[in-house]
Amino acid sequence: MTADMPRVLDRKEAVPALVGDPADFLLISGLAGTGKDIGALTGEAHIQFLMTGAMGAAAMTGFGLALAQPDKQVLVVTGDAELLMGLGALATIGAEQPSNLAIVCVDNGHNGETGYQPSHTAKGVDLETVARGAGIQITRTVSTADQIADASRTLRQGNGPVFVWLRVTTDTPPPYKRELDAVANKFTFRRRLLGHN
Amino acid sequence: MTADAPVWPDQLYDCLRALDVTIFGHVPDAGHKVLINRAGADPAATSIGLTIESEGIGLITGAHLGGQRAVLAMQSSGVGNCINLLSLIQIAQIPFVALVSMRGDFGEQNAWQYPMGQAVRPTLEAMQVRCFTVDRPEDVVPTASAAVNAAYHANQATAVLLSQKLIGAKPF
Repeated sequence: MTADMPRVLDRKEAVPALVGDPADFLLISGLAGTGKDIGALTGEAHIQFLMTGAMGAAAMTGFGLALAQPDKQVLVVTGDAELLMGLGALATIGAEQPSNLAIVCVDNGHNGETGYQPSHTAKGVDLETVARGAGIQITRTVSTADQIADASRTLRQGNGPVFVWLRVTTDTPPPYKRELDAVANKFTFRRRLLGHN
Repeated sequence: MTADAPVWPDQLYDCLRALDVTIFGHVPDAGHKVLINRAGADPAATSIGLTIESEGIGLITGAHLGGQRAVLAMQSSGVGNCINLLSLIQIAQIPFVALVSMRGDFGEQNAWQYPMGQAVRPTLEAMQVRCFTVDRPEDVVPTASAAVNAAYHANQATAVLLSQKLIGAKPF
């Protein structure tokens, strides 16, 4: 069973390898670890909005963005506990089939920010199966380095929705210090995308 | 539509579309039946059914980042499902418009509706959402216009509370 396979990938290498060129996407991250993953990858110099709270909202924020920008590819990168807090979003996305939305769940099997308590995925919940059952037909599980290249191509094909379950060790995310002013980040995002606040 | 069906639901939809609202997130409710049906049939609008009202917070935020206007239509019970995620609306000053069909207020006969119905305004106001109650049909369009304009011109979070004086209280 996939959820029982050992975790061998370090997110510090696996997330950059999977996401590839961040300029290919409008990026939304979840709070905590994935905010640092995407902050470190982009230097916040691309078009990204990184959550520092609002746990459970990342996937739907990406979906709203995908609806508003149908000609751009949207990538949500979020953690297992963040996704689990808003799991119904997968059903909404599966029902609506946005072709330009991809979701990467960086799953370390823990609520990392709050003391590394084990999450549901450490107890057998298989998020690829959940995503597929929710109606997301293009899904991948990435547990080993040789699975990254195919999944990375899948994220950018634009025939989604796409869900990639990236299973990583509990190695910490990169120690990146994000801009925490959400208003400034919103305006920066909109200026880069739309040309105005 | 029957001859005595109220006209304000269609006027409300037309008003929102005239103000460039293109995305309608909703959890189904009888009070929003016309809005949901109109949005679903409108080729220039997108109607998104949600599994829970809190999904509308991300939907509106993402739509705004992408340059489109979205609103969230829900029953009063759904307001409680949104409270923590309204942090995102407040902290990023996202223009926000909720259309709330009220239960648990004037004439309600189902006791189960009262706890959340009576908590709608205090909980929304605690999250810095400006609440505008509508009791009369002629006030629907001016109030919805005021809410949308406050949201998109002044970065405010707003809720239009469609009261049971307006939509009626069904026998239970």
